[in-house]
Amino acid sequence: MAEFRMPSLGSDMQAGTLIEWRVQQGDRVQRRDVIAVVETDKAAIEIEVYEDGVVESLLVEPGEKVAVGTVMAVIGTEAAKEQAEPTATAAPEVHRGKVSPYARKLAAERGVDLNTVVGTGPDGAICAADIEQAAAAKPSEPEKPAKPAEPAEPSKPAEPPGKDHQAAMRRAIASAMARSKREIPHYYLQTRIDMHRTLAWLASENAQRPIKERILPVVPLIRAVALALGEVPELNGHWIDDQHRISEAMHIGFVIALRQGGLMAPAILHADALSMDELMTALRDLIQRARSGGLRSTEMTDATVTITNLGDLGVETVYGVIYPPQVALVGFGKIIEQPWAEDGMLGVRPVLTATLAADHRATDGHRGAQFLDALNRYLQEPAKL
Amino acid sequence: MTVMKENEIKEVIFGILKRLAPESEPRELAPDENIRKALDIDSFDALNFFVRIDEELGVSVPEADYGKLNTLSEMLAYFSRRLA
Repeated sequence: MAEFRMPSLGSDMQAGTLIEWRVQQGDRVQRRDVIAVVETDKAAIEIEVYEDGVVESLLVEPGEKVAVGTVMAVIGTEAAKEQAEPTATAAPEVHRGKVSPYARKLAAERGVDLNTVVGTGPDGAICAADIEQAAAAKPSEPEKPAKPAEPAEPSKPAEPPGKDHQAAMRRAIASAMARSKREIPHYYLQTRIDMHRTLAWLASENAQRPIKERILPVVPLIRAVALALGEVPELNGHWIDDQHRISEAMHIGFVIALRQGGLMAPAILHADALSMDELMTALRDLIQRARSGGLRSTEMTDATVTITNLGDLGVETVYGVIYPPQVALVGFGKIIEQPWAEDGMLGVRPVLTATLAADHRATDGHRGAQFLDALNRYLQEPAKL
Repeated sequence: MTVMKENEIKEVIFGILKRLAPESEPRELAPDENIRKALDIDSFDALNFFVRIDEELGVSVPEADYGKLNTLSEMLAYFSRRLA
C-alpha cells in the first residue's frame, strides 16, 4: 500500500490546492499516470503517481489547500514492497511499545523518532495521526533525495490560490532566487562561440523541411549542452544535504517566459536521449503547455540542469541565477555578427556568448571551463549533433 | 482562383497574432511597427505564426524570408505578391 502525498513542485513550495481528481476510487493506475491537478503559486500542474496500483481512497476534497507532504490518497499496490526511493534520514531505533505497522512505516519515512512520540491509541499505542503530528512539529522535513528541503523561513499566511496569481508567482520566484543567492556560491564563466557552421547547417536543413518540421537555433544548443554534459557530468545533478548528487538521468530545464509575467523552467525529460527533431517537438510541446497549463509534476521537479536562452532579445550575455538545488545554469545570449580573428585573419562571424553559472561547492572553474570548451567543440560540428 | 484582398489578408494576420498574444490588440499596430517587439513574440511564437500563415493563407514562407517580414506593411506586400 502506498500513500500518495502532495508533492513539492518547486524549491519554495509550501502547499498546493487540489483542483480536481483525475481518478476515482477503484481505478487502476500505472506509474506516471496523471492522478490529479494541483494549483500552485505558478500554475495548475498535473501530478503523476509513482507506482502501479489501485486507488483505494481519496483523502482530499477539490478546493482544499494542503501542505506539501500531506497524504492525499492511498494506492493499493499489488506487491507489498516499499517505495524504491531511499529515505533521506536514518532509521530511528526500535520502539518497545505498541506501534501500528502503518505508523512505524510512516515514522521511518518522515524521520520521526518513535521514542519521542506520545501514543494516543488504545493502551498508549502510537498510531499514524501521532506520527503526523510529530512530523509536523519538526522544523524541517527532508523529502526524497531528488526533491529540495523545505526553506527555513516561517510559513507565509495562507492565501486563497488564483487570487492575484501574478503576485503569487512573483513571490515564488523571489523565494527561489533569494534562496539560490543566499545558499549557492556561484561562479561564472563565459565563452564566445562561432556559430557560422551550426547556422549554415541549420539553414540547409530547414530549407529542405516543410515549415512544421523546421528546427529553431536553440535546439542544436540544447543538444550540444546535453553532449557536453556527457563529458562533464558533475554539472548535471543537485547539491542536497551537503552532498553533491550527480544525476544519471539528464532532464534539462528550459526557462520559459510567461506572457502574463513570471517564468517557469520545466524539464525536457531524458533530453540526452532525444534527437534534434525529438528535442524540437518536445520543446514546442513544453512551451505550449507551460503557457496554457498542462505541465506535469515530473517536468516541474525533475530538472537536473537548466538552460536559459535570451537570444530572442538584444541581450549579449546572461549572468544567471541557479535554480536550487541544481548546480548549474547554462545561459545563451543573442547571436550577433562580430569581428572574429582566425588564422591571423579578421572576419565577421555570427557569435554566441554562452555562460555557465555553477555552484562552487560542486565544481571548480576547471571543470566548468571544460564544459564550455566541449560545448563549443560540439557546435563546430553540427552534422554530428 | 479568387485573389485575396489586402483587408482579408490583414484579418488573417490579426487573427493569428491575437491567438499568439491574447492580451494585445494587433489592430492597433502601426504599419511600420516591429510586430515581434510590439507584441513581445519570441522565436517559437514567430515560427507558430508562419505555420498558421501556411495553414490559413496557403503561403509557405521560406526561412530566408522571415527577416523580411517584421512589420504589417512588409507582410501585406509580401503575402499579396505571393497570392497574386
